[in-house]
Amino acid sequence: MSLLEVSNLKVRFETADGEVNAVNNVNFSLDEGKILAIVGESGSGKSQTVFAMTGLLDHNGYATGSVKFQGEEILNLSNKELNKIRAEKIAMIFQDPMTSLNPYVRVSDQMTEVLVHHQGLSKSDALKQSISMLDAVRIPDASNRIRMYPHEFSGGMRQRVMIAMSLLCRPKLLIADEPTTALDVTVQAQIMQLLADLQKDFGMSIILITHDLGVVAGNSDDMLVMYGGEIMEIGKTESLYSKPTHPYTQGLMSAVPRLNDSEERLITIPGNPPNMMKPPEGCPFSPRCNYSNDKCSNVSPILSSVDKSRHYRACHVEVERIV
Amino acid sequence: MIVANKNKIVEMANNLSENDSGAGRSLWRDARTRFIHNKAATVSLFVLISIVLFSFIGPYFAVWSNEQIDWNAMGIAAKVGMPSIESGHFFGTDDLGRDIYSRVIQGTQISLMVGILGATVAVIVGTLYGATSGYLGGRTDQIMMRIVDILMSIPYMFVLILLLVVFGRSIGMLFIGIGLLSWLDMSRIVRGQTLNLKNKEFIEAAKVTGVSDFKIITRHIVPNLLGIVAVYATLLVPGIILAESFISFLGLGVQEPSTSWGALIKEGAGTISYDTEWQLLFPLAFFVVSLFCFYFIGDGLRDALDPKER
Amino acid sequence: MSKQTILQVENLKVNFDVSSEGDMPWTKPKKLQAVNDISFTLNSGETLGIVGESGCGKSTLARAIVKMVPAEAGKVLWLGNDLLSLSNSETRQYRKQIQMIFQDPLASLNPRMNIGEIIAEPLRTHYPKTAESDVQARVSDVMNKVGLLDNLVNRYPHEFSGGQCQRIGIARALILKPKLIICDEPVSALDVSIQAQVVNLLMDLQKEMDLALIFIAHDLSVVKHISTKIMVLYLGNMVELANSNEIYQNPSHPYTQALISAVPIPDPSIEKNKKLILIEGDLPSPINPPSGCVFRTRCHKAQEVCSIEKPEFSESSSSHSVACHFSD
Repeated sequence: MSLLEVSNLKVRFETADGEVNAVNNVNFSLDEGKILAIVGESGSGKSQTVFAMTGLLDHNGYATGSVKFQGEEILNLSNKELNKIRAEKIAMIFQDPMTSLNPYVRVSDQMTEVLVHHQGLSKSDALKQSISMLDAVRIPDASNRIRMYPHEFSGGMRQRVMIAMSLLCRPKLLIADEPTTALDVTVQAQIMQLLADLQKDFGMSIILITHDLGVVAGNSDDMLVMYGGEIMEIGKTESLYSKPTHPYTQGLMSAVPRLNDSEERLITIPGNPPNMMKPPEGCPFSPRCNYSNDKCSNVSPILSSVDKSRHYRACHVEVERIV
Repeated sequence: MIVANKNKIVEMANNLSENDSGAGRSLWRDARTRFIHNKAATVSLFVLISIVLFSFIGPYFAVWSNEQIDWNAMGIAAKVGMPSIESGHFFGTDDLGRDIYSRVIQGTQISLMVGILGATVAVIVGTLYGATSGYLGGRTDQIMMRIVDILMSIPYMFVLILLLVVFGRSIGMLFIGIGLLSWLDMSRIVRGQTLNLKNKEFIEAAKVTGVSDFKIITRHIVPNLLGIVAVYATLLVPGIILAESFISFLGLGVQEPSTSWGALIKEGAGTISYDTEWQLLFPLAFFVVSLFCFYFIGDGLRDALDPKER
Repeated sequence: MSKQTILQVENLKVNFDVSSEGDMPWTKPKKLQAVNDISFTLNSGETLGIVGESGCGKSTLARAIVKMVPAEAGKVLWLGNDLLSLSNSETRQYRKQIQMIFQDPLASLNPRMNIGEIIAEPLRTHYPKTAESDVQARVSDVMNKVGLLDNLVNRYPHEFSGGQCQRIGIARALILKPKLIICDEPVSALDVSIQAQVVNLLMDLQKEMDLALIFIAHDLSVVKHISTKIMVLYLGNMVELANSNEIYQNPSHPYTQALISAVPIPDPSIEKNKKLILIEGDLPSPINPPSGCVFRTRCHKAQEVCSIEKPEFSESSSSHSVACHFSD
């Protein structure tokens, strides 16, 4: 049984300007101990997918479908029930650690609160465990630093504090929403290395949301590519990089500049990201796709398997024409 | 290998041009749409406009002028002075036999005029002062704002009363007194917004291009301030009306035979125990309703011009 | 086309005064060394990439060149004229030749002006007597150059996507036919597929108009792609300057080496087997930088001499300069 099974997840928002279908028919599963990267650009719906899973959608957002965690349905649970799952089973870290940490409360109080609330520890025990977790994320002089306020830490350190906080209750699943986007590249390397080490030590699964194809390459087992709220391709990271079978994945791989490459010109994907207010008929990528035909602009493709290794793609055009 | 498909690009270009040319959707239009959706604000706007129209058209329906004394009602207003259509006193009379309908119309004219004109002056002076101070920054800004601080620490009412007593009570003096001090808040607010705007990248872009400071203030800063200025202006008007009403209530404001809401309320409140409620209720109603309208409109404007949309 | 040196920066220093909390009003504020002794030359048609992480001073350097922030010392020689010694009105004429594009595409456009007015502004500012029809023609012309349809002239910035806003910014920068455009993180806020479009556009325009570019970014992959030569900054100091390929193949400075190894490459087989050079610790405070070499507190090669003597920025081979006592 997989740790997480998502079926037919749909998220729509009711706005003053009309209905927005942010996520359409998302299906995927995640095994224990594995890392899944969700890749996409603006409007792809990658963040809204995980917000729906953890009950963090805005008040005008509605999710339908099924999200089963350890066999039990968690989609649209009440806040009270979700709070039992949050932190203990599923933890989340966000892009901007400055706004995820309360600037008026010391780090020690923020961390011990988690343990006291979720595991009923005494304040002193909670403090001891929090300090040892800060050690685990390699914050120097943890026992003194823990008494400081968030703004006294640098960006990279704050992100480590976030990671430490999220791991306090040893969750089975850690969701990281663009955890290193706001950080310098050397700090990013440190944090990703840290996450990889922690994953080995604690054995949790990770969903890593990012738009950075380099980060995905070095830090994931499987990969899911989203565009316009739908899954374009999903499979083992290595397969998608060596032989992308979907025009969008292929386009992304060609458009990203590579340090080890001296191409004169980047091969771009023409056009602009989709307007989710007025999504295109059929396949959301068809307006920008070089292979699209009439069927593509009218009929939405469904995920079909490419080969036997749980590699799927949603495309009407034959694989042979693309690779 | 993807080869940029020329046909694809041509097709996309055609799609774009089909999506109409012509005027764009400015932020003001968006704001107007949002304002109209705010029912309280729109209703308030209608009511306020009606009140203003009433103050212009009302006199044509008046039977009595605002100075005429109805000798029949003098002294016995409680018995014969109530509002009635036949006597021509639509709103009743006061103790001197004067027609409250006409008096209320005049009060409305004067109070609204003081409020709106006063606010206009405050807005213009405050905006220019605040924008210049905020944009120039440094020592100039410090000095300009300290002047504002000093002026603000002067007790407003005290100075107003003093001026009116020393220089005589007149509408002109009222304007001067109110105008001298009501632009201060606006200048602070505008300065704050200017400081905020100053660091935006489009201001930097203008500077790098070589646009002069004056043009930057007028073309880039002021138009982006108008939103917040409009909101605070609609809140300034009731503030000024209240100040004027208070002064008139004390007896220092507009002098007889002119009148304002404050003066009328004072008279009405004085006779409240003599069964002549209409003398208080009519001017009070106009006063309260108008103020509420301004507040709702101010709220509506603030929501419509939400900073999120810049 | 012969390469002509158009910009020569010599020993540029920019300091900021900072006062910390709890200081008395009469305490002398401390100095933050944002840019420390930077020199380089730029020829027409070339692109200089400036990379570095937060606090390295790259944005401050860009602004010092266009006199948006005051420089403490040094020279900015534009076509032989030292801009820093000119008055504001004398500098104005050179502003036609040096333009800038910014990181946040939407924020760099006045939300209350339509894009026609935005793009025309530089033209109207410097050539106010131009006939209206000529202005419109130039605006159309430059919009087509950046790939915008001219019927969009009356639209407002918030009606466009990020990539289109950046194109509008580029159009505005191009209308006066400048010789140099300084690009301050122009693609960091854009999606990958749009980044590629904008980068290609800049490179095409460069070839067509013999433009020089200064391209500032923290994404080394993008910078390497577009730049002829690259300058690496750390805490306001130059640590290495070389051609793009050189920097990647032979990084000599320990910081450059760490920076390059940290850049994730979109290739799982390379990434999973990569040996990372990790820099530990935090960026030191620029108010109180380390003595000698500013990088020594985090450098795996640091020795005692590094804290005593600041390494000179010297050429290790033709057009490759490093500031390190122990460079490779």
